[in-house]
Amino acid sequence: MRWVNRTIGRRQAFALGAAPIVLLAIGYMVAAAQRHALNAADKILPLPSAMASAVWKMMQQPDVLSGNLVFWADTLASLQRLGLGLGIATLMALLVGLLLGVLPPVRAMFGPLVTGIAVIPPIALLPILFIALGLGETAKVALIVIGIAPVMVRDVAGHVGALPREQIVKAQTLGAGSWQIMLRVALPQALPRLLVALKLALGPAWVFLISAEAIASDVGLGYRIFLVRRYLAMDVIIPYVAWIALLAIVMDVAIGKISRNAFPWAHGAAH
Amino acid sequence: MSPLLTLRNVWVEYGDRIVLEKVDLDVAAGSFVSVVGPSGAGKSTFLRVILGQEQATRGIITLDGAPLPPECGPDRGVVFQKYSVFPHLTVLGNVVFGLECSQSPLLGRLFGAKRKAAEAEAAEMLAAVGLADSMNLYPAQMSGGMQQRLAIAQALIKRPRILLLDEPFGALDPGIRADMHALITRLWRQYDLTVIMVTHDIREAFTLGTRVLALDKRRHDPHAPHRYGATAVYDLPLVKPAPADDAAPAVAEPAA
Repeated sequence: MRWVNRTIGRRQAFALGAAPIVLLAIGYMVAAAQRHALNAADKILPLPSAMASAVWKMMQQPDVLSGNLVFWADTLASLQRLGLGLGIATLMALLVGLLLGVLPPVRAMFGPLVTGIAVIPPIALLPILFIALGLGETAKVALIVIGIAPVMVRDVAGHVGALPREQIVKAQTLGAGSWQIMLRVALPQALPRLLVALKLALGPAWVFLISAEAIASDVGLGYRIFLVRRYLAMDVIIPYVAWIALLAIVMDVAIGKISRNAFPWAHGAAH
Repeated sequence: MSPLLTLRNVWVEYGDRIVLEKVDLDVAAGSFVSVVGPSGAGKSTFLRVILGQEQATRGIITLDGAPLPPECGPDRGVVFQKYSVFPHLTVLGNVVFGLECSQSPLLGRLFGAKRKAAEAEAAEMLAAVGLADSMNLYPAQMSGGMQQRLAIAQALIKRPRILLLDEPFGALDPGIRADMHALITRLWRQYDLTVIMVTHDIREAFTLGTRVLALDKRRHDPHAPHRYGATAVYDLPLVKPAPADDAAPAVAEPAA
């Protein structure tokens, strides 16, 4: 049978998907075991037991200086920044995207500005943010917002602008004005697309979060990774990276689920 | 009786390309006008001008004696070949939408007793087009024919002065199309509609219409074909006491 026609069952898909991950893990273990056979104090490829005990300590024992449970304090701080940044960016994308997409005068006036902001590399703005907003939370959240909002705005505006002209005309023949078209025709159809945009923005949002934390912070997942790098503490860095990946995957899956439950019509509603 | 819709010396031009030239037309209330003509003869432009989606570059169009406002409004209903219904609303929601827009300018939504009343009215209209059992489906779950029935119900709930149909049955199977012909004829009589229908199916035009309008170019310049626009070259009133019967009309064939 041709490969393009192969259908993969649920179990098979699980096994196939797990295989490369398991292989990678085994490969790492073999390499780590080899290095430790040569040098029992090797720090570059820590054994799983070392990683577990390092992270367990950070989860359980309060930090001598701050008295915090470091792992949870880092996670909470990072998720707070990320959540605020994502939330603000999503609201902006919805509001500005709708206005740009539905109303040609608004598009003519602000379209070029949004495009201009979108092409600036956000990290280049980080010094400006630090100077203008200080080194506190505001600057970090602002970096995430500036980093992902323009792309989301353009995506939502593009999607709304591409709604069939027939729908807009039909709504007017049913008595709808600009406001009602925005509220009842464009907004509901923009929402599933907004969730897709949010999902795709998760990756960049994490990048900007870690960057901001690496440069100026005193708590956070990114801060911790860059701090312990000085001591070659791979036993902390690797679990932290894995934890970030897990959080990102959970968010991605959750957004997909929300979209399918809230907007069944946008997912080829069950026949 | 004065005509419902009047076009006087209507021209539509895009730059130096003339699409419609010198269209003069009176449409009486209660008539069913079929518009036929070759591709590119401006049938759809003609419909869009009456709909208000496009503006005539010259000429006057009046509805009930008043000049037509330059944008679409609830006095003219429309059914397109596709994209006529809202994919994010259920069948019932699609029809209630028209009532909600006029009764709730701020929220575009009705609640409580008003909503109940609107839903009852919408349900009645859906029953009239044969969708009484599908009220909670989304359009994507329905066939093309059912979607067009919904689009018709959606337009009729506003009781438009004129119903404009842009090749409404063009994408349907022949069997479904025959059902739709019976439906639109019944609704036309039941609700005293005035209908203008653009179609490329000449048989359909003569079966349904009380009047067939053929749009085409009167003159043709082979070196500059875009310099002459189309106009109504044939305007055939059909004497037809019973529009449902399928008898061939006793008038000349239009140029097609």
